[in-house]
Amino acid sequence: MDNSNVEMNQLLNYTLHLADTNLILAQRNGECCAYGPILEQDIAITNITLDLLGQARNFYQYAALITGNTATEDSLAYLRTEREYKNLLITEIPNIDWAQIVLRQFFYSVYQYEVFKHLQTGADTQLAAIAEKSIKETTYHVKWSSEWVIRLGDGTTESFEKINKALQNIWQYTGEFFIPADYEKNFIDYSTIKEKWISKIKIVLEEATLKVPENIFMQTGGKTGIHTEHMGFILSDMQYLQRTYPGAEW
Amino acid sequence: MPIEDLEKAFQNKIDNEIKIEPRDWMPEAYRKTNTRQISQHAHSEVVGMLPESNWISRAPSLKRKAILIAKVQDEGGHGLYLYAAAETLGTGREQMIDDLNSGKAKYSSIFNYPTLTWADMGAVGWLVDGAAILNQVMLCRTSYGPYARAMVRICKEESFHQRQGFESLLVLSKGTDEQKAMCQDAINRWWWPSLMMFGPKDSESTNSDQSMKWKIKRKTNDELRQNFVDMIAEQIKLLGMKLPDPDLKWNEEKKHYDYGEINWEEFWSVVKGNGPCNRQRLDARNKAHNEGAWVREAAIAYAEKKKNKQTAA
Repeated sequence: MDNSNVEMNQLLNYTLHLADTNLILAQRNGECCAYGPILEQDIAITNITLDLLGQARNFYQYAALITGNTATEDSLAYLRTEREYKNLLITEIPNIDWAQIVLRQFFYSVYQYEVFKHLQTGADTQLAAIAEKSIKETTYHVKWSSEWVIRLGDGTTESFEKINKALQNIWQYTGEFFIPADYEKNFIDYSTIKEKWISKIKIVLEEATLKVPENIFMQTGGKTGIHTEHMGFILSDMQYLQRTYPGAEW
Repeated sequence: MPIEDLEKAFQNKIDNEIKIEPRDWMPEAYRKTNTRQISQHAHSEVVGMLPESNWISRAPSLKRKAILIAKVQDEGGHGLYLYAAAETLGTGREQMIDDLNSGKAKYSSIFNYPTLTWADMGAVGWLVDGAAILNQVMLCRTSYGPYARAMVRICKEESFHQRQGFESLLVLSKGTDEQKAMCQDAINRWWWPSLMMFGPKDSESTNSDQSMKWKIKRKTNDELRQNFVDMIAEQIKLLGMKLPDPDLKWNEEKKHYDYGEINWEEFWSVVKGNGPCNRQRLDARNKAHNEGAWVREAAIAYAEKKKNKQTAA
């Protein structure tokens, strides 16, 4: 591969990483639809799901353009395998309870907000445009999820225990946010993003009477296609119609 | 004012097409009928989210997934407006939800049928929302103001859903042989239950006369059902599919379609709780409600703490 091919390949992989992460989180959040703790919040999490999916589609459409030939948003979403998916691990872990759902959303949305801010001024105009368009939604996701983290942390003893347990469970998946895969290095510098992320997380966790966990081993692998055991089930569920009826239009 | 005069003034308003508002005097039976009907309608929206959310994870394209999620979200929103409209009659939402979860309150029986294939998402949109719209268009002019106004908003979104459902079936009807078969199969399964959505025959319907007099309803079950058959019998031609009724035939004299006899035994059986999914739907609602209890308690506890802090400061 010559240099421009290498660069295009990196752009493609990075764009897919952004798309996959959003899509898999939309898959997980979508499981809450019709099962929320109260109707207003059912609608809110479904709305966030829809935003994440919309952003994912923008990234997939761009990735399809870069891929060329007959690639489409759907061929990229529905016909790649576990090892080709580049989403963050945190998105694929099952929905244990509302505490884990809102805490995951909070960790991811704060991260996504900082990433989008970075991409808005980045060299790739298409990624910048998608980030620009998406950041308003993400701002709302941060607000909604941080309010829930605080409410549960500073709510009842039971809600504190549940969100604290969720915190101990999922903190291990936040480390890989800031470890760049080879394909990312041209697009993003995580050093300032990490600082901003940590400082926002600390403020909210403190208000929620929670402590940032220490000495927890950080899992990695999502960005390079080494996933949790849950991933295959998510894809077999999501891709089943496309795999059963190859080439059909829907 | 003596009660006879109040009743007379009330009926007078209705006859003159003046909406009844929450603070107006109304007969207890009017209040009760509206509360029952509006809350049942709200429950139907909320329970109706279940068979559709069943396909969110498996929608066959990202576009279809987005359309489906937006649709289910809309149903939730409709549930909210309707609970709010019902609350204006004096019963709290919590009470209404308890009645749903305990099995005391009813919801539309159509949602006790399972969504078995992807084509069911199209069939539900086209047939179930199509049947619901005919009822809802009528309800935009219902005599109770808050219900009528909620319906105006809901109708706009529902007719959008119906078009989307039809469009999704249209794609299947032009697709592979397997997709065509899937489309026809879904229509076969949803057609008769959709006809049942309009309720018992006029001759068997217990609530109809009074509801017509109070203009809660403006068309009878059979009139609405006939409108539906006439509409769908034409639309299905565009799909190149067939309705599963050998007796369906245009009647030139009546200027309506004739159609076959509905299986009323099945209708009453599902109403009484024996549909394929009655138990699952109620279990799902109860599970979501029970598992959400600690979340709702936490939200209340936090709001209290915050209020106390503000008062202290």
